[in-house]
Amino acid sequence: MLNYSLKQMGAALRAKEISSVELTRLYLERIAAHNPVYNAYITTDEKTSLEQACLADEMLAKGEAQPLTGIPIAQKDIFCAKGWRTTCGSRMLSDFIAPYDAHVIEQFNKAGAINLGKTNMDEFAMGSSNETSYFGSVRNPWDQERVPGGSSGGAAAAVAARLCAAATGTDTGGSIRQPAALCGISGIKPTYGTVSRYGMIAFASSLDQAGPMARSAEDCALLLNLMTGFDERDSTSLQREKEDYARDLDQPLKGLRIGLPKEFFAEGLSSDVASRVEEALSEYRKLGAVTVDISLPNSRLAVPVYYVLAPAEASSNLSRYDGVRYGYRAPEYADLSEMYEQSRSQGFGAEVKRRIMIGTYVLSHGYYDAYYLQAQKIRRLIAQDFAEAFKSCDVIMGPTSPSTSFRLGEKGDDPVQMYLSDIYTIAVNLAGLPGMSIPCGFGANNMPAGLQIIGNYFDEARMLNVAHQYQLATDWHSRSPV
Amino acid sequence: MSLSTDDVQKVARLARLAMNDDEIEAARSQLSGIFQLIEEMQAVDTSGIEPMSHAQDLTQRLREDRVTEPDQRELFQSIAPQVSSGLYLVPQVIE
Repeated sequence: MLNYSLKQMGAALRAKEISSVELTRLYLERIAAHNPVYNAYITTDEKTSLEQACLADEMLAKGEAQPLTGIPIAQKDIFCAKGWRTTCGSRMLSDFIAPYDAHVIEQFNKAGAINLGKTNMDEFAMGSSNETSYFGSVRNPWDQERVPGGSSGGAAAAVAARLCAAATGTDTGGSIRQPAALCGISGIKPTYGTVSRYGMIAFASSLDQAGPMARSAEDCALLLNLMTGFDERDSTSLQREKEDYARDLDQPLKGLRIGLPKEFFAEGLSSDVASRVEEALSEYRKLGAVTVDISLPNSRLAVPVYYVLAPAEASSNLSRYDGVRYGYRAPEYADLSEMYEQSRSQGFGAEVKRRIMIGTYVLSHGYYDAYYLQAQKIRRLIAQDFAEAFKSCDVIMGPTSPSTSFRLGEKGDDPVQMYLSDIYTIAVNLAGLPGMSIPCGFGANNMPAGLQIIGNYFDEARMLNVAHQYQLATDWHSRSPV
Repeated sequence: MSLSTDDVQKVARLARLAMNDDEIEAARSQLSGIFQLIEEMQAVDTSGIEPMSHAQDLTQRLREDRVTEPDQRELFQSIAPQVSSGLYLVPQVIE
């Protein structure tokens, strides 16, 4: 049952082979047994999960089931879920009980899916290893001494260790794709504006986008069907026709043009990951695809641009944490200023403070043009590179991450080294394009490697088709560490 | 680029972050490293390029001016650090 696809799991529930209560209990027992090791969840609430499962069983009994009714899903702890502690991986929100549901949570609730718990993450989604969480590091299920990636590290570890049927994540600079790659699972960040950000705790609003993390592209398609859709409460939510992301899964790939950006295969890419990606490309050629050499000349600037824009937006977004209306307030202070300063200093961890300071600096008087405006201009050049590239190809492929998972603590002292783990994913967020990672074998130390698939705007159905056909021809996605 | 202790102290103050001397020094060294990375941007000629502030070229949607949210003051204040008679309490600011 743990290795059933979501489609098979849904069928088993509708055929009464198992009830949602039984399935939920199975996962809760696994979490109780294994979470002390992996630390993939920050919060579970057995009673609420089982109550949801009872309601799902009623829906199933009445024949009102939808594709995900009764299926236990892990929610990244960045999504507000009414009555649930929602921490965003921070001491600042360590006691915050969300008073409302995020749009994504509402969608899962309406469909009768089960909220299995809230997954661990880098604090305020700022990190690439899950080591910045106030609630401790997550362990990679393939090797407990290694990181799961981040920021959606708990989600990726929970999916890989079969501690949920599927999970949600968010991706500002690679936070779905990089942990998916490092844990050997599939994840997709859709086009910016496709999934509502309502109730999703903000990091960098012009880049943040939610998406599914699961064991296969087919599962991702089902989840994406549920998560997407217009929501007037998010001013950047796009008004588009609802689409079925699974509609093209079975299309053959003959004639598919795969663009290979030379910058993604240059210095900095470890040889083991390069080999796995090359092998995946050979498989695609066998499936009838052709590869085309392309160039994204400004992509090397994506990391510097991102580390201006994302901290700038974060410094503004995180100014709301003032210890007044909700969140952490320091126990001792002499006056209002000190209350703000002490609450924020004690409530935020080192990486969050670092990014707030970068953002404050680049937005401050005298530096705005040199940093913020210059970064926004290069952001356009990066987006234009992709537009040019998509004239000669249908999808772009390359590595998701320059290496397989690294050891806990390995990049601890040098923030710049950590930032470079997202070198291939960040440009996609800057352009607002959809990006995906799927497992493509094992590299150094037998750790999973990820293939990144980048599509044109709103081309998720094709990307999922491209990923699914590969997963029909290979079995990397069904390998399990447990 | 290298930041001075004064730069870091000023930024910490603007960001409302209390930091001791050791923390300021650690931040100074790490931020200098990060700004070295960021400086790579300066070599690019961007004259005539329109800044891109957002992933989609959107115009803000307008909506009818009507009440859409119910009153949830009690619920929202139940998670506040300190409230009294429906008001958020902060240290006195006006003598």
